[in-house]
Amino acid sequence: MASFASNPLYARRRRADVVAKTLAYAATAFGLGWLVLILGILLYNGIGGLSLDVFTHDTPPPGSDGGLQNAIVGSLMMTILAVVIGTPIGILAGTYMAEYGRHGRLSQIVRFINDILLSAPSIVVGLFVYQIMVAPMGHFSGYAGAVSLAVLVIPVVVRTTEDMLNLVPDTMREAAASIGLPRAHLIVRIAYRAASAGIVTGVLLAIARVSGETAPLLFTALNNQFFSVNMNAPMPSLPVVIFQFALSPYEEWQRLAWTGALLITVTVLVLSILARSLTARK
Amino acid sequence: MDTATQTAPATNPMVRHAAIGTEGLPEKVTIRNLEFFYGESRALKGITLSLYANKTTAFIGPSGCGKSTLLRILNRMYDLYPGQRATGDVMFDGDNLLAPGVDINLLRARIGMVFQKPTPFPMSIYENVAFGIRLYEKLPRAEMDARVEQSLRRAALWDEVKDKLGASGLSLSGGQQQRLCIARTVAVKPEVILFDEPCSALDPISTAKIEELIDEMKKDYTIVIVTHNMQQAARVSDFTAFMYLGELIEFDATANLFTTPKDKRTQAYITGRFG
Repeated sequence: MASFASNPLYARRRRADVVAKTLAYAATAFGLGWLVLILGILLYNGIGGLSLDVFTHDTPPPGSDGGLQNAIVGSLMMTILAVVIGTPIGILAGTYMAEYGRHGRLSQIVRFINDILLSAPSIVVGLFVYQIMVAPMGHFSGYAGAVSLAVLVIPVVVRTTEDMLNLVPDTMREAAASIGLPRAHLIVRIAYRAASAGIVTGVLLAIARVSGETAPLLFTALNNQFFSVNMNAPMPSLPVVIFQFALSPYEEWQRLAWTGALLITVTVLVLSILARSLTARK
Repeated sequence: MDTATQTAPATNPMVRHAAIGTEGLPEKVTIRNLEFFYGESRALKGITLSLYANKTTAFIGPSGCGKSTLLRILNRMYDLYPGQRATGDVMFDGDNLLAPGVDINLLRARIGMVFQKPTPFPMSIYENVAFGIRLYEKLPRAEMDARVEQSLRRAALWDEVKDKLGASGLSLSGGQQQRLCIARTVAVKPEVILFDEPCSALDPISTAKIEELIDEMKKDYTIVIVTHNMQQAARVSDFTAFMYLGELIEFDATANLFTTPKDKRTQAYITGRFG
């Protein structure tokens, strides 16, 4: 060992290693630091307002106490409808690309467009749905909100479905075919089964992605200060309420905005952990 | 290649089966002038070969010689991949299985396949076997149980799994998984079973078990096995086909081919000079 340590070449390598390691640690600390700071401030400001009232009272007029019940219910309804619309479309498209048209030209085009959609600014999606739904219908609505969220769900689900199906080994498909299983059965009963955890993870990540979206809802569902389950009418949602309340001069509203932000963050966190444990279990 | 260098006829300890002639043996599959293409490149050149009923035929040859390709034509596995095509005739019980309009799924039920890597489905041991049966028959529970047991016994796996039929097929060891795949294949009641290097991912003890099994199974099935292990071919097969660069170089009773090869290339391969 001693003879090694005195070797100048080796000493140089060790110095380089120390420098690289330090830089890597510093970069990690810098990135993580902001995250911890954000979560800390969010927790500090949001946790005080957390009470049962948040879930049982609607958004209040300025100057009085209230909760976020209507916004939570609105968010849930629109997210669920978005998933109901977006998941089947996403899974079917992903299935086409991974199973039927794997090397086909159409798959390449769809994959390319899907990647663009995946990173498209969500405000553009909001304006698009405004044009095709809100403007013709003449009013904002929960339906339009759900559709705009669905447009954001689809590319995430398409991508994960395709990736997860590609991970299913071809030998598994051949084995299924070798006992005479027709293509469609092979996909539904073998490939989906083998990829199920990954596909569910994709859906969970899509929910996590849309649960914080504000811009598309501003142009589609707008907001509603009252409790409403009518999806054909303007509908409140957590992100839009946060947006509105956080910018307001009223202290009660600002406190509710912090609490709402905390709720969304915790939801996304839970979904991410769930998604992670689902894929880790395999 | 220790024992392969000995060429004393009939006393070669590697060869388990005595040499048999082909006269009067019923042909289960007859391959005539078979050519195969991956896109533009020709992988098989004019293969003509008979597979005899209730016999085991081994395909041997160096990597890339086309032995797996030939095997995968017999159940038309290549159909899964665009750009691959075969020409010529493969007569199976009198019908050309390359003809358009052949019901491929039905064909694959009659010609089963066991793969190089064990490929249990992501479901329980019981379901792995019952799955294939359900594709063709609707059986009451008791009968299904009996069929599953019978198939697992056939594959010499029953005693090891009878107390954990509900466990995942993926929880078994590699050798057990491979026998589960054999059980799954025989459950569908095929007439021919194709083995594509079934032991190359297994340890010697599991390999011995599978070989024993193959030997027993030829009572009921016509067996084709691809292997790059020459001792294995010598141990399990009645007939051996030696392939090289997409051509069938020599086909003979295993005992003859391993002791008195007629072609120089066969001689060179079985004595370990290349491959």
